[in-house]
Amino acid sequence: MSEAQHMTGGKIAVSDLSVTFVQGRRRIRAVKGVSFSVKPLESFGLVGESGSGKSTVLRAICGLAPVSGGDIRIDGGAIQQPRDKAFARRVQMVFQDPYGSLHPRHTIDRVLSEPLSIHRFADREERIVQALKDVGLDARFRFRLPHQLSGGQRQRVAIARALIVEPEILLLDEPTSALDASIQAEVLNLLNRLREERSLTVIMVSHDLAVIDHMCERLLVMRGGEAVEALDRSSLADRKVSSDYTRALLTASEGYVR
Amino acid sequence: MSPASSEAPLLDVKNLRVRFETTRGVTEAVRGVSFTVGRERIGIVGESGSGKSMTGRAILRLVRPPGIATADRLAFQGTDLMALSERRMRAMRGRRMSMVMQDPKYSLNPVMRIGRQLIEALKVHERISSKEAQRRALDMLADVQIRDPERVLAAYPHELSGGMGQRVMIAMMLIPRPDLLIADEPTSALDVTVQLEVLRILDDLVKDRGMGLIFISHDLRLVSTFCDRVLVMYLGRIVEEIEASRLDEAKHPYTRGLLECLPEIGAPRTPLKVLKRDAAWA
Amino acid sequence: MSETVSKPAGSVKAWLTSDTPGSRLQARAINLWFAWSDLVRNPLAVVGLVIITLLILMAVFAPLIASDPPNQQNLADRLMAPGAGGHLLGTDELGRDIWSRIVYGSRVTLQVVALVALTAPVFGLVVGTVAGTIGGWTDRVLMRITDIFLAFPRLILALAFVAALGPGIVNAIFAIALTAWPPYARVARAETLSVRRADYIAAARLQGAGTLRIITGHIMPMCLSSVIIRVTLDMAGIILTAAGLGFLGLGAQPPLAEWGAMISTGRQYLLSHWWVATMPGLAILIVSLGFNLLGDSLRDVLDPRGAQK
Repeated sequence: MSEAQHMTGGKIAVSDLSVTFVQGRRRIRAVKGVSFSVKPLESFGLVGESGSGKSTVLRAICGLAPVSGGDIRIDGGAIQQPRDKAFARRVQMVFQDPYGSLHPRHTIDRVLSEPLSIHRFADREERIVQALKDVGLDARFRFRLPHQLSGGQRQRVAIARALIVEPEILLLDEPTSALDASIQAEVLNLLNRLREERSLTVIMVSHDLAVIDHMCERLLVMRGGEAVEALDRSSLADRKVSSDYTRALLTASEGYVR
Repeated sequence: MSPASSEAPLLDVKNLRVRFETTRGVTEAVRGVSFTVGRERIGIVGESGSGKSMTGRAILRLVRPPGIATADRLAFQGTDLMALSERRMRAMRGRRMSMVMQDPKYSLNPVMRIGRQLIEALKVHERISSKEAQRRALDMLADVQIRDPERVLAAYPHELSGGMGQRVMIAMMLIPRPDLLIADEPTSALDVTVQLEVLRILDDLVKDRGMGLIFISHDLRLVSTFCDRVLVMYLGRIVEEIEASRLDEAKHPYTRGLLECLPEIGAPRTPLKVLKRDAAWA
Repeated sequence: MSETVSKPAGSVKAWLTSDTPGSRLQARAINLWFAWSDLVRNPLAVVGLVIITLLILMAVFAPLIASDPPNQQNLADRLMAPGAGGHLLGTDELGRDIWSRIVYGSRVTLQVVALVALTAPVFGLVVGTVAGTIGGWTDRVLMRITDIFLAFPRLILALAFVAALGPGIVNAIFAIALTAWPPYARVARAETLSVRRADYIAAARLQGAGTLRIITGHIMPMCLSSVIIRVTLDMAGIILTAAGLGFLGLGAQPPLAEWGAMISTGRQYLLSHWWVATMPGLAILIVSLGFNLLGDSLRDVLDPRGAQK
């Protein structure tokens, strides 16, 4: 296993990935030859604006977007197509919109017990109670419906759902962009803590450079489906960036300049 | 500081309240808000549920039932807005005060070309020939930094990008040359780089025309760099009013909490400060 | 005394309105309770509910409510006007008490309604959600079959089925069910298409859920309310179709008391003895109205688009 990892250079290796959506006669190339690799236990960021293809990369990894070229490897091995249950045990994702990612008619209890029953866990009751505790949700939320929860609480449920099957890899698609700033801080802290405790490898997508900087060791700036620039934390902190686009993003993250 | 502060304010709000009475009880979205606006950029900041948007709507008397807005005083250039008939209020909204909403998609008519919408808006306010209106529409689009105004005039709203649509909205709202513009999250749906361009346009227009601007946003960092003065709202109240340049000296723990919970590039990797809400703030 | 009664009632109410349910059962009960209290707040819904409840009571307690056995003929008392000779709504051409026949006829009506409501929507729901979720060729084939059924006027198609199967109330129900499912399939498919791309469906897929689990556990609950509303609104049409088949002599066979068949025989006396056809007609009208009122109000309560805020 370790040999294969060395050969391909990481837990997740994406090489020359292309994603093309076909809509009738139109073909939309959402991702055009993007490559990166993520080391075990590393946290990797994808930054870009709308249409940059950053979320599509995540969706391609989980099999929710059609891969038209290149390949994705996990621990050096190719991924089963379509994704099987074993993949679901290893890779989980948290979606951007906490209002859209929880079934409106399922109680929190049902949301959390479903993955346990899919993967035939025995001690479901204890796991649900523990999962709620891990994401800092009171046990009294357990039988509520999503609409009775705030956005931050919903996102905690979504995180609990992703982690309840004990994955090795967690994909985060703008997990805090729909939340208020103060709630964002709580969720980011929670994610950082869980990442440590659960030894997770993380890929996080965001439009917010500051959030990625806070969460990730390395990052890739994307624009229009292409990779613009790969950076690590220290060069970002020193503003050592080579592309004008990254510089524009950096400036924008500081607010309006008269 | 600014010349406006010595004159009577453009807008004077005292004890503004918005209540919602539903079958499941009464909730107050805005609970006694007072402030004045001169010919300046004033920011209203708050998180969801703070009542910031409802405050903006209440000023224009656009609160929909079952919401009820009341105020001890709501005066625009000396005119008591609460006492106006709905018809006169409509004229006031069109001519003297305007509003830009978050998403241009919902504010533009989807089945009408941009040009026709602009020209109709112009003709409502001024008696001008179609040719003149056409020329003015082109000028206005140029004013909001649209490089190919002819193409935009001939386009339908869905053919425009978010940033372009928002510029058109701003142009449309500025047709009657209002004295006060209320912008409710005008750039939140836009990408950060586009966001700054739109703000730049808004900034120039405010400066050139001497308008008053109420800028409603959840983004404290943006508001503090863009506006002259900031009102921080929490659960329907203004908890702090402060000069934007002196935001670092903010005293209220809520304002401080909002400032400190944001991640910053290059900051050490410690857990972010979490806002501790105090029941006493409400 | 009154205190001891109100106390448990109060705690049941508290249990039903708690915002922190302690068990799956309580969570479900609370949701039902809120839907119920929304429903009964609407006066028209209450009218509809009362009509349907009365219909059910009538069917259950028919022997107690009816004044005579439904098929008891008395040729001496034939075609008596309402009120005469102790016959509340008069008698028909064989001297049978119309009120009693209407009361017993409610059993037939209820049987038709219940059987059709249990079969057609379920079948339509399955076809629609499967077609919408799987898509591709499955969708195309299933929807074209649906279209073929939809292309015929319902009564004509039911007539054809009954003609092929032979007249009788059971065959009539079967024929109505066969002609009633396509609209449900359409509704369910439309609803499926609108939720199929939702993040929560993608999330379920990422959890490793199979297609069957996604259809039954995630998609069907979202389609259910539209289908239920549609069923209630269609009930009037189903009753009318059953009555229409009865009227044409292809549904219930004499001497079974069925409202449509009663109108059919009363037709011959319409000009001289109006009540024979009018009374069962009124019964159909009132019951159809009841289902329509309920359906309209259910839409307000159950429609997911309304409930989301």
